[in-house]
Amino acid sequence: MGARGFFIVVTTNNNTSTSQQSIMDTLFLARLQFALTSVFHFFFVPLTLGLSIFTAIMETAWVRTGKEKYRQLAKFWGHLFLINFAIGVVTGIVMEFQFGMNWSQYSRFVGDIFGVPLAIEALLAFFLESTFLGIWVFGWDRLPKGLHAAAIWLVAIGSNLSALWILVANSFMQSPVGFHMAADGSRAEMTSFSELLFNPYVWLQFPHVITAGIATGGFLVIAVSAWHLMKKTRDEEQFRTSLRFGAIYAFIGSLLVTLAGHTQMQEMVHNQPMKVAAAEALWHSENPASFSLFTVGDEKKMEDVFSIRIPGMLSFLAYNNFSGEVKGISELQEEAVAKYGPGDYIPSVITAYWSFRFMVGAGTLMLLAAAVALFKVIREDYTFDKLTSALLLSAFILPFIASSAGWILTEMGRQPWIVVGLLKTEQAVTPASVVSSSELLTSVVVFTLIYSALTLVDVLLLKKYAMAGLHGAE
Amino acid sequence: MDLQTLQIIWFVLVAVLFTGYFILEGFDFGVGILLPFMGKDDLERRAVINTIGPFWDGNEVWLITAGGAIFAAFPHWYATLFSGFYLALLLMLVALIFRGLAFEYRSKRDSSAWRSFWDWSIFLGSAIPALLWGVAMANFIRGVPIDASMNYTGGFFNLLNPYALACGLASLSVFTLHGAVFLTLKTTDKLHERAMGLAKKLWIPATVLSLVFGVYTYFETDISTRLGVNPGAIPIFSVLSLLSVIVLLNKGASGWAFVMTAISIAFSTITIFMGLFPRVLVSSTNSDWSLTIYNASSSQYTLGIMTTVAAIFVPIVLLYQGWSYWVFRQRISKDSKMEY
Repeated sequence: MGARGFFIVVTTNNNTSTSQQSIMDTLFLARLQFALTSVFHFFFVPLTLGLSIFTAIMETAWVRTGKEKYRQLAKFWGHLFLINFAIGVVTGIVMEFQFGMNWSQYSRFVGDIFGVPLAIEALLAFFLESTFLGIWVFGWDRLPKGLHAAAIWLVAIGSNLSALWILVANSFMQSPVGFHMAADGSRAEMTSFSELLFNPYVWLQFPHVITAGIATGGFLVIAVSAWHLMKKTRDEEQFRTSLRFGAIYAFIGSLLVTLAGHTQMQEMVHNQPMKVAAAEALWHSENPASFSLFTVGDEKKMEDVFSIRIPGMLSFLAYNNFSGEVKGISELQEEAVAKYGPGDYIPSVITAYWSFRFMVGAGTLMLLAAAVALFKVIREDYTFDKLTSALLLSAFILPFIASSAGWILTEMGRQPWIVVGLLKTEQAVTPASVVSSSELLTSVVVFTLIYSALTLVDVLLLKKYAMAGLHGAE
Repeated sequence: MDLQTLQIIWFVLVAVLFTGYFILEGFDFGVGILLPFMGKDDLERRAVINTIGPFWDGNEVWLITAGGAIFAAFPHWYATLFSGFYLALLLMLVALIFRGLAFEYRSKRDSSAWRSFWDWSIFLGSAIPALLWGVAMANFIRGVPIDASMNYTGGFFNLLNPYALACGLASLSVFTLHGAVFLTLKTTDKLHERAMGLAKKLWIPATVLSLVFGVYTYFETDISTRLGVNPGAIPIFSVLSLLSVIVLLNKGASGWAFVMTAISIAFSTITIFMGLFPRVLVSSTNSDWSLTIYNASSSQYTLGIMTTVAAIFVPIVLLYQGWSYWVFRQRISKDSKMEY
């Protein structure tokens, strides 16, 4: 593959302009900033995805039934959606800009491919979302009901479309398709837009992210509605309706996000075996492969210090069959060396292992909590004992844990590659002669401080307006 | 289409996106800058913010789209520009973060310290980008240190040369004027009178600074000698439309005055892009190292795909964004129902 030529070019550039040490510094800082800004960004985005659809459902119910409670609920949830939306937008601009700022070599290498979904995202999704959001917010008294409801649907479609396009971009990094290397080896070039768009990886990730959004929105609706019912604030009937919809919504979301995740895992066994092996701390190939419930391992010696495992379970997760070989880390390392040359091709096992467990653990609890909520609303039981109160009020944290852990696994499990098989992360960073480590440090500090403060403000405002109830949003 | 045609199309499209961005976000920057001068009490300030309430976010997407278009069509331009203008961009991002949140959060708490914090965010979050965009455009055309491998070799202070600062002041003052004229169209009573008074006053510095910038450009850049594409009378029309603003304002023809500030912004932007063509970033180190639409672009296939997507969706976006301006065409008064 022509990629080898590119590596040599990049290495020469770096050697002439900077010392090895400063590259390490900027590399670390650039990765730190990317991790922080993307985890922060994706802290808000799933709620935006989920609440936009939920608000649209409420308003549609109003248009169809004419019942005032649905209008009130659409305004109420729309209000919380807006508070959260704003922060998703402003942290999103940083995401788009930092590829060029901190990852200029990456941008040069994949711009021909990666820039396209980003540009399309802005053109198809962001314009739709922002314009119709303005129309929705300011148009309550100016537009006919149906048209107003259409506006919030267009916002919801825009938000969820933006997820699609950014996942098209991300999927290329995970599983590059539809490209060839340029004749001089300097960059990857797109050869098929449809292959890029219909990358199987996209259609595994996209449902997973959308359903995660639905679950995130659903659990917030459950928690807030249940709180109002428990505290016996006014508007009991409205919050019962809200809880009913929320429980169904969260249950559908939790169930589908689990199924989508399972399907994705089965595909990854073939597509990104190293990520799966690291997520399982599977040091050596096994057939049948066991699933680790709890492992303390030694990354250097590549062996378990202590481990509880379910025999055959990993094979079952991977193939729906209790036998079948799942490749281990050391075998995959040898394969990678044979394919790409000498190097360390093993991601941080401890990070991958524990992020996977946090994601799956939170997901399992979500399914349980959503089932409890659903069970209660089906029986029209709106009394809450201590245990169910605690469960329903705190479960909204679970999707946030699962999303953050999921993205950490996805991005950290891909290391040392930034684009699997084509470009390593260390080759992608902006040369230290252009952006020095002190500039990068400034940027990391600035964003960390601002994002932390803004997250606090966002949470406090959400809490204030959630507790204020329906009249707070009028 | 052959590669060269596609490269030219995308240069034009990027120029169009920047022009649209400066016209649209230009007036909402202006409104943000004028907030402390327009609103004497909280209710007036709310009214001022609500004049751009439904629009500002959609306007900002023009920038995001321009960024995405540069990334997709000219990856080297994107990589060199964004990594090179690092601290300036960081400053701009911080400004845009605070400004965007300020609109949404300002009226969410009934505390004067809270509201005053976000009012400052709107003011600075509008003034800083309005200044920085002028600085950036001036540096595009004047040239910045770029080496043979397309990497920026200057620092933050290379960008703050007197010429670029002059352009920054010009863009700051013109956007502020543009915003004042917009406010004369969107307000009533006292607010309208105040906006009219401010617009007439602001016309003087905006015109003077624009002329200074124009003359400075003649001496400081190769725009007059090199002539990528001869802009012909376009810069002259830019000046004439700015000059006509005061006449139109005195006649009370705010609508036409707004058209004229928009044209002036558009024609100045177009002049700069024509002067640049076919370069996208001029290297002051060695003219052979400048980034051009030919050495910085994506492949023919990618540009072709992007052209198809743009041909379908740009008209649709223009249509619905235009419609949103039509829906919210009426003026805002202190008695209006306000969302922000």
